[in-house]
Amino acid sequence: MENKHEIILGIETSCDETAVAIVKDGKEVLANVVASQIESHKRFGGVVPEIASRHHVEQMTLILEEALNEAGLTMDEIDGIAVTEGPGLVGALLIGVNTAKALAFAHQKPLIGTHHIAGHIYANQLVAELTYPLLALVVSGGHTELVYMPSEGEFEVIGETRDDAAGEAYDKVARTLQLPYPGGPHIDRLAAEGEPSVPLPRAWLEKGSYDFSFSGLKSAVINTVHNAKQRNEELKPEDLAASFQASVVEVLVTKTLRAAEEYGVKQVLLAGGVAANKGLRSSLLEAFEDSGRELVIPPLYYCTDNAAMIAAAGTIAYRKGKRSSLQLNANPGLELGI
Amino acid sequence: MKVLAIDSSNYCMGVSIMVDGTVVGELITNIKKNHSVRLMPAVEQLLEEVQVKPADLDRIVVAKGPGSYTGLRIGISIAKTLAWTLSKPLVGVSSLEVLAQNGRYFSGAIVPFFDARRGQVYMSVYKANGIEVERETEDQIVLFEEWLQENKDRYERFLFISGDLTMHKEGIKAILGDKAVFAPSSSLNARPADLARLGASHEPVEDVHQFTPNYVRMAEAEAKWLASQKK
Ligand SMILES: [Zn+2]
Repeated sequence: MENKHEIILGIETSCDETAVAIVKDGKEVLANVVASQIESHKRFGGVVPEIASRHHVEQMTLILEEALNEAGLTMDEIDGIAVTEGPGLVGALLIGVNTAKALAFAHQKPLIGTHHIAGHIYANQLVAELTYPLLALVVSGGHTELVYMPSEGEFEVIGETRDDAAGEAYDKVARTLQLPYPGGPHIDRLAAEGEPSVPLPRAWLEKGSYDFSFSGLKSAVINTVHNAKQRNEELKPEDLAASFQASVVEVLVTKTLRAAEEYGVKQVLLAGGVAANKGLRSSLLEAFEDSGRELVIPPLYYCTDNAAMIAAAGTIAYRKGKRSSLQLNANPGLELGI
Repeated sequence: MKVLAIDSSNYCMGVSIMVDGTVVGELITNIKKNHSVRLMPAVEQLLEEVQVKPADLDRIVVAKGPGSYTGLRIGISIAKTLAWTLSKPLVGVSSLEVLAQNGRYFSGAIVPFFDARRGQVYMSVYKANGIEVERETEDQIVLFEEWLQENKDRYERFLFISGDLTMHKEGIKAILGDKAVFAPSSSLNARPADLARLGASHEPVEDVHQFTPNYVRMAEAEAKWLASQKK
């Protein structure tokens, strides 16, 4: 019997969220369950890989069951299983990969190893019709990339970070300002109350480059705090946060705008956890307002790690005929692709 | 009853299938290769070979540790998923208890162990009773030399079974002398057939979802954090 619709179950365990989702035709979300571990990592000031892996083992089958219940489906009605193969924490990825393999084997279903960033990008397909060529700005705790997509399932990384990811810089600056983990949202909130009055560098790198670098900026913030302390000068954390954020956002937005023009894309997508940042959102909206290119920003729950995005990207791969064998392994250094 | 047993808790990887009390298939490798890549294909191959479909299984048995954290999670993720999705009972058996079976004809203390670095081992003590092997201590992590010193007068003879025997042999001999007996190389791999046999008689877990590896010790970050709270 030929299925008219494609129903893909997605599994995501690359970092500290255990997530399962079921997506129909790559865009209609039938279930989306995310168990966040953030509370148990807070006291360590960051994600501890061993703790993350332990939690994944505890949560995995529960989350699977919850997702199937939410969708009102049985495994028989699932056409394929997409799972994050990489990049991510290897020990954490392993839980999802081996669970997906057991599930695929038990029910004789196709298995589709999926790239985490392809997932973040395809999260946009859950809220908008994608029109190619397009450009995706991926900003998260582990990634800062500009990805050009000439057509469906084709990825070309035209720029990436040479040191820290934007999210990492946020976390480190937050620590310098003694804000709790995760620091991103705190800086965003503080920034809204301050003035970008502290002079901080912008790393444009060489002319024409779409790469990013945030370690210099991060050091500049640390030095500024240090020097102010030595001179007994008062430094408003709000202003420092605003200045830091202004530097990050200006570089991200300017490079995205320039790339969008150079590549003549129809659409620009924002993807990844840092897409939740209000400063980044509003600057992008402003920059693209009269650009003649559509800007898509998914809602928060599709920006942070989830499995609906993995199912969405997995559906594209499934349609293209990609099938993984039971030898599928976690691959923390996986290259972007379908 | 058709039992599938899976062990990826340590260096040695094993899968076996037991049908109505007969071991119809057993697969063991003792090579340094990725359990994550090889375990699921091994299960598939063995089931195919003995013509058992996943849905025909009546019970899933898994070695629950102690052992390599990552190895444990691979086997347990697969076992939990199979048990849950096929609605079959799940049984967890101590990895040390499985290894202890290799000493079942020994009179004296049977001591299976796995190296746990920095002079530590995961171990427990068993005594043979006929062909049954009875547990004397819980699975624990100990400083091996310290444990040997403290327990050297407790038993007449000790049988040590471990894939990590070579690195500890001299240390054991130095403390126990002639009281120490070492299992031969062919008896150092935990047999998945024993895992299936033990699993067939042990009580299944009440809730598959709640099943977790027996790590024996806390994650390092957790232990450090707790210690820092006490200060
Ligand atoms: Zn992510």
